[in-house]
Formats: sequence, structure tokens, C-alpha cells
Amino acid sequence: MSETKPIIEIEDLSKDYVTGENIVHALRSVNLHINEGEFVAIMGPSGSGKSTFMNVLGCLDRPSKGKFLLAGQDVSKLNDDELAELRCRFIGFVFQSFYLLARTEAIKNVEMPLEYAGAKNRYERAKEALEKVGLGQRIHHKPNELSGGQQQRVAIARAIVNDPVMILADEPTGNLDSRVSEEIMALFQDINEQGKTIVIVTHEEDIARHSKRLVRFKDGRIVSDEPVKDRIIASEMLAKMPNLDEDVPVASAS
Amino acid sequence: MNVQDQVNSALRAIAANKLRSMLTMLGVVIGVGSVIAMIGIGQGTKEQSLRNLQRMGTDMLIVWPNWRNGHVHGGSVPVLEKTDVRAIVRNVPLVKYATGQVGGSVTASYADSTTNTQVTGADPNIQYIRNCQMLEGRFYNNADEKVSKRVCVLGFKVYQDLFGMGTDVVGRTIRINQDNFKVLGVVSYKGGSGFWNPDDQIYTPLSTAMERLFGKTKLDSIDIQVANPKLMILAQGQIEDTLDALRTNAAGQRLFMVLNQGDMIQQAQQQSSLLGILLAGIASVSLLVGGIGIMNIMLVSVTERTREIGLRKAIGAKRRTILSQFLLESVVMCSIGGFLGIVFGGGGVHLVAPLMHVPTIVNTQAVLMAVLFSLFVGVFFGLYPAIRASRLQPIEALRFE
Ligand SMILES: Nc1ncnc2c1ncn2[C@@H]1O[C@H](COP(=O)(O)OP(=O)(O)OP(=O)(O)O)[C@@H](O)[C@H]1O
Ligand SMILES: [Mg+2]
Repeated sequence: MSETKPIIEIEDLSKDYVTGENIVHALRSVNLHINEGEFVAIMGPSGSGKSTFMNVLGCLDRPSKGKFLLAGQDVSKLNDDELAELRCRFIGFVFQSFYLLARTEAIKNVEMPLEYAGAKNRYERAKEALEKVGLGQRIHHKPNELSGGQQQRVAIARAIVNDPVMILADEPTGNLDSRVSEEIMALFQDINEQGKTIVIVTHEEDIARHSKRLVRFKDGRIVSDEPVKDRIIASEMLAKMPNLDEDVPVASAS
Repeated sequence: MNVQDQVNSALRAIAANKLRSMLTMLGVVIGVGSVIAMIGIGQGTKEQSLRNLQRMGTDMLIVWPNWRNGHVHGGSVPVLEKTDVRAIVRNVPLVKYATGQVGGSVTASYADSTTNTQVTGADPNIQYIRNCQMLEGRFYNNADEKVSKRVCVLGFKVYQDLFGMGTDVVGRTIRINQDNFKVLGVVSYKGGSGFWNPDDQIYTPLSTAMERLFGKTKLDSIDIQVANPKLMILAQGQIEDTLDALRTNAAGQRLFMVLNQGDMIQQAQQQSSLLGILLAGIASVSLLVGGIGIMNIMLVSVTERTREIGLRKAIGAKRRTILSQFLLESVVMCSIGGFLGIVFGGGGVHLVAPLMHVPTIVNTQAVLMAVLFSLFVGVFFGLYPAIRASRLQPIEALRFE
């Protein structure tokens, strides 16, 4: 694995929220480098600043202080529209509560980033992405016609369709049961195998053990940062579990 | 994202909430529809009164009392007397025919049939002035006039309404208001319609109408046909001189007006364009209300879809993209509303115009104006909500509950 090119370089980064007279120091002088192709899990107690950090990583929010280079580019110098373009090309998002457009077919949801990127062959590419997450048979279903796990898979398809460098997932399995979570993690591992950098936030040790590197936050600071030793391989776990769902993604095809 | 994508996505958003979109559009539909319908019917009415006036002929003059000069105390009041007609005929050799006239709405019935129509009471020579060809029977004559006989001649439409087609009607007795009238004849179809429809008329002797039907002692107007249309202005002047000599108010002002076809057309046009402006004003107000409805819904929609906006921004939508998305939604909605409004408004004109007996006119200018106006409403009232949407910060929008 060639984990040489840094995709994320964060130095002395802080984020303060000012609400009225209170100042919340959500992030305090964080330093972190992430190389291309890494699979990082972020853990920490509630309120420790994980989501805040992810939002900064995803260029959804600006830090109050500090240096942040994304793929070598200083993000603090970009305006809103340039950030939007950056997100569009470099980053795929997966959220805890899916955030699919209601009453809109899966394929249309997945096509959306392609539209903003001005890409061609959108239908084909969106269909391909849905096939990759095992939803080739359900491309015309609307979110309310899909299970939670399936909806999250649509969201993952949407995140990977633009072929981004990095995928950010804030508690992607937070709303899903353990088996479906395992399926989603299998997908992430597979996507990571294909060279994409992945950062996920989770509350569960078991989920975090699917990653390769575990970063722990506390009170807005990184308190530990180490490789995952006994890594769980989701496809092996799934093989041991009773098969409840007929169309489990066979996502290893690549 | 190209324009095609954006229109598609706007259509999807509109289709995603069909009921609400429809209710929102309704304001524009009604606004545009009423603009089209009102302008259409207003123009139809105008067109039709002009046609009727044109049928009147270029050799016609009408004398009306001018009540505008009637408020001056002392002197005469603005009335027209039977003797005025005689004076005109005596003094103005250019006059071919002249008759005093009274008119009014009446209810006419025969057996089970009843119709509301107009009575024109005038001297027998009205038949020449109005160019009445007889379909059946004869017109009344001076002998009938002299003794105020209860006789009448029916216009074609009245004949149809009372007798259907067929059956020889000469000699039968119809009721006009409460009185019995003997039918002397029927006038051939003239092809009129609407107000002042020459076919929707009953002619009776002037004296009969004044004494027996309406109880009037003064004339409503004097109808004059001049011998030579080229000398119209001359005749007009001579008639004015004649009447001026008879009667002015204390200030010496004229108490009547002599109008030719051109004057009447001008008056009718003035009246109907005033009506048109009024109707267009009402319609514009309803369009405005429709526009405010659109803005309201678009604002609600921006709030409701805050998270959607956040998501779209997160995955790469720029401000401009969001702005044009919401603007386009509003414009597309208004355009659809405008289109439906044109369909319904045009349909309304086609439906109502025949009932009102006016020509069906759907003005292309009005349609064009309505289209432009609804686009304008879409842009104008969509802009503010769209700007609000585009200014949302992605992360705040995503967190919005
Ligand atoms: N928009 C905001 N305004 C003010 N304070 C905020 C805002 N967002 C987060 N915070 C505060 O910043 C701190 C970090 O919040 P954050 O959401 O990053 O925590 P988290 O680690 O993701 O927690 P959880 O595990 O519950 O999701 C918290 O104290 C929170 O109250
Ligand atoms: Mg969080």
C-alpha cells in the first residue's frame, strides 16, 4: 500500500462556537495527517468534537484557527463556491440519517453529485454506483420504499459516484442494526480496498475495528492515534452470520 | 448543471409535492385566466357594439338631450319634443327622414312563450331609416300612428322567441307588458347580436309607445337620415341651428347633441377602453395576489427544504446553482400556471362570449402579456426566497430541525 501522499494536513486547528456570551471550544489545537488510501475511525465521548472535526475535514465548516491543507491546497483561502467545487470533486459524504431526497428515485439521488459536477453519462454512472452497493435491482425505488440499510447504501452510492478521493461518514451505522451495519462496513472496506481514503466517526468499538487507524477525541483534543491491531474483516463476519436478507450486497466485485 | 437539468429538477421538485404546487399555481391560473377572459370579453363587447354601430349607416344622425347642461336654473331643460322633429324636417331640406323615438325594455309574451326585449316606438318612416325588409305582413302606417293603435311589428329574434319558426303570425295578438298588441308583420333577419341588437326589437307607432306603453311625453331621441352622406356636416350644422333657436339653457348653452356614426363609434370606443382598463386592473390585482401566494409557498418551501439545500451544497451545489434552482422552480410553476390560465381564460371566453352574444376574441397581445407577466411574477416573487436559500451555510442547513 502506498500511503505516501498526504490528503489531509491539519496543524494547530481550533474551532470555537460562540453562542451569545458562551464560547464553546469544540476543537482545541488539533494536529492530524491522513494519507491517501487510509481508513481512519474517529471515536470519543459525545460532545468531544468529532462531528465538528468531520465538518471541517469535509469543508462544510471553516476552522476558527489553524492550518488545513486538503490534497495540498490551503482551504482557508477559498470562498464558498470554490469550497463547493472542492467538495464536489474530492469528497463524498455519508450521514447518519442518510439525507436522501424524499419522493425521488434512488437513481436520481445518486445522479445529483454528477449533475453538480457537470458529468456526462450520468444515468449509466449512477446505475453502476448503485450496482456496486448491491442495489442494481432497486434503482427506481424511492427512499420510503427502501429499508434503512438500503437507504444508507443509496447514500454511499451517492458518495462514491463522483469518484472522490475521500469519503467522510459521520456515524453511518448509527441508525442501523448490527447485521446491516456489518454489510455497510463491508462496503466501506471494499471501497477502501479500491484506494479511497475513508474517515468514519462511530461510537461503537466493533465498528471502529473495521478501520485501519483509530483516532480518539476528548474535549476537542486528540488523545490517542494508533493503528487497529485485531482488524475485523466484514465479509468474513458476514459469512459467519445467518443470512437473513436475500440480496446482501456482493460488493467485492471490482 | 445545464439548463435542461435544472428545468428537469425544478419539474421534479414541483411534481414531488403535487397538491401544494397546484394550489400555489392556482393564484397565477386565476390571475392569468381572468386577464385573458376579461380582456377577451371586453374586446368582444366593444367589437360587437362597433359592428352594430357600423350597421347604422353613414347617413344617420341621432339627436340626444344633453343632460350635462341641464343643471343651469332658468331657461329650458334638455328635452326633445315631437314638434322638434317637424321643425327639423321643415328647416333642413337635407333631411330625408326624421322620427322621434322612445324606447324601453319590455316583457313580451304569446301563449306560453315569453321574452324580454326592447320596444322602439317611432314614426312609420323608421322602417326606411332602419332599412326594415318585411318577412311577412306590413309595417304600421300613418293611420296607425294617428290613432295610437295597439299594433306592432316584430324583429326576427322576437318572432322566433315567441312563435318559433312557422305559423303565420300576422293578425295574432301578443302581450307587451300588460297590453294586447296586434302583430302587423315581421322584419327580415338582419344578423345582429348583443346590445342594440336590431333583431331583438319590437316596433310600435311612436304615439302608442309614448302614451300606452311608457307614459312618456318627451322623446328619447330623434333619428335622422340625411339625403346625401357627403353633406352630413352641413346637415348636422343646420339641425343644431334649428334646435338652438328653439331652446337653450339660461347660460345660452346647447341642450342637445347631434351625433353621427363616427361620433358614436368614438364614444363607444372610449367607454369600452375605460371598461377594459378597469377589468385589466382587477385581473392584475389577482395576479399580484397569486404572486404573493407563490412567494409565500416558496419561502415555506425553502424552510422546509433547508436540509435538502444543505445536502445539495454539501455534495457540491454552488450558490448560483441553488439560486437558479429555486428561481426556476418558481418560474416553472408560474409558467405552468400561466399556461393553464390561458387555456382556462381562453376557454372561458369561448364559453361566455356566445352566451353574451358577443364575438369571441382571444387577443394574442393579451396572451403574450399574460405569459410575460406570469414569468415576471415567477422571477419577482421567487427571487427573495431563492436568495435566502442560496445564502444558507451547508452545515447549518444540514443541522436544521
Ligand atoms: N452549531 C453549534 N453551536 C454551538 N455549539 C456547538 C455547535 N455544534 C456543536 N457545538 C458544541 O461543540 C461541541 C462538540 O460538538 P460535536 O457535535 O462536534 O460533538 P460530537 O463529538 O459529534 O458528539 P456526538 O457524539 O454526540 O455526536 C459540543 O459541546 C457541542 O455542544
Ligand atoms: Mg456527532
